[in-house]
Amino acid sequence: MNTIRLSPLDNIVVLTQSLPSGSKVLIGDTEYVLGETLGLGHKLAARNLRRGEKIIKYGAPIGSAICDIPAGSHVHLHNLKSDYLPTFTLDAGREFHAPPKTAP
Amino acid sequence: MTIPNTYPRSDGRKGIRNTLAVVYLVECAHHVAREIQLPFRENGVHLLGFGGCYPNDYSFRMLKALCTHPNVGAVLLLSLGCEGFNRRALLDAVRETGRPAHLLVIQENQGTRTTIATGRAWADETLRAMASAPRATMLESEIIVGTVCGGSDGTSGITANPGIGRAFDRLVSRGATCIFEETGELIGCEQIMASRAATPALAEILTESVSKAALYYATLGHGSFAPGNADGGLTTQEEKSMGAYSKSGASPISGLLKPGDVPRAGGLYLLDVVPDGDVRFGFPNINDNAEIAELIACGSHVILFATGRGSVVGSAISPVIKVCANPETYRNLSEDMDVDAGRILEGRGTLEEVGDEIHDLVIQTAAGKPTASESLGHQEFVLGYKTFEPIGPTCHPSYQ
Repeated sequence: MNTIRLSPLDNIVVLTQSLPSGSKVLIGDTEYVLGETLGLGHKLAARNLRRGEKIIKYGAPIGSAICDIPAGSHVHLHNLKSDYLPTFTLDAGREFHAPPKTAP
Repeated sequence: MTIPNTYPRSDGRKGIRNTLAVVYLVECAHHVAREIQLPFRENGVHLLGFGGCYPNDYSFRMLKALCTHPNVGAVLLLSLGCEGFNRRALLDAVRETGRPAHLLVIQENQGTRTTIATGRAWADETLRAMASAPRATMLESEIIVGTVCGGSDGTSGITANPGIGRAFDRLVSRGATCIFEETGELIGCEQIMASRAATPALAEILTESVSKAALYYATLGHGSFAPGNADGGLTTQEEKSMGAYSKSGASPISGLLKPGDVPRAGGLYLLDVVPDGDVRFGFPNINDNAEIAELIACGSHVILFATGRGSVVGSAISPVIKVCANPETYRNLSEDMDVDAGRILEGRGTLEEVGDEIHDLVIQTAAGKPTASESLGHQEFVLGYKTFEPIGPTCHPSYQ
């Protein structure tokens, strides 16, 4: 067992250990192969998710899919966004601190 | 369960430490205060203060609450002399409690060297007197425990936070007081939380406190989310919120506090840390220690700090117990951690066992056992500017 489903309502599972790319993970009865190295605590789609669909963790919505997400793939900043506030990352931070763009 | 050898104070509360607080009232007095504390820093002398030159009701209220906290046995105030802080009012407030208190104004004491020498002499003499302070036994129902999370990752909401929730449930069931906070980290779970309020009016106040936080963060441009959170697998604010929320356990919510309000009855309380009114002074709390200081100002004897990425901080005044959510982090930073909650993920324990361990460690810490951050000398402290309206009677349904 290297994933955990925190609530039966969830459409994602959480990795319970860090795994290198190519590792096999079991979600429900289906085995998937990780396409990238992922750290403990990261999320994988438990089934095929449609663009706009709410992502459910702890039985509660944690945001919406911004594209279709195939079952078994990584769910993170590139395909999930908050329904409340934009998420701040170091890359986004450079933009955040950039001087405001002025019209030519 | 009873806790021996605690320190009875004149307001009826009991302390689990007997700290001498050296307090600077403006950044200009910080160096002198630190030099006074330095030779005594292994002897229970803590450094804290306020850096601002301009007066602010919140910062005064915070320092008053901290200087009269039950874990504090004596207070030395350091003023430059021209700052706006009402030093005389703070000195009087501390003296009214019967604590030894002294004020040194650098401009009236021939400057740095003389003030340091005078301060050290006062601290030395006061520490001798404090050594024979009377002791008393404390009941578990008298303890106040605050919780905060910092350096969260995808494991925090699975292990450490629900583990703290279990410990909170146990403490509350025995009449103790537990405080959770950071309304900005409850964005997305306000309705679930409100359903646990003791009264419908309180439910409305809890929901409003989270809406206020959402508005505040929207104005400032981003929420309570650090880049390390994303590296650790967290994607959105509401995901972080659901994990953070589990620290509160399952007890009914008895009331809402603002920084400096000390609960007068046991139960579970939400501390609203986001200022009232227009967005002024910037981020509500610039880091975890600003939140810890507010939990302590509400009377917390002990702080339970859940971390996934691996925070190493402690605090002035009240001991911080570090509950590590991530087993990889625990192996990396074990000297900084008190509880290995991440072992749940590796099949080396259950949530119930971790909850029991945290609860028992709260009692042992109250009885004098030093926490990891205390042993390592951590005494971080941060205090900034804020504005709050006083809480109304609906915030405390149980008092009516």
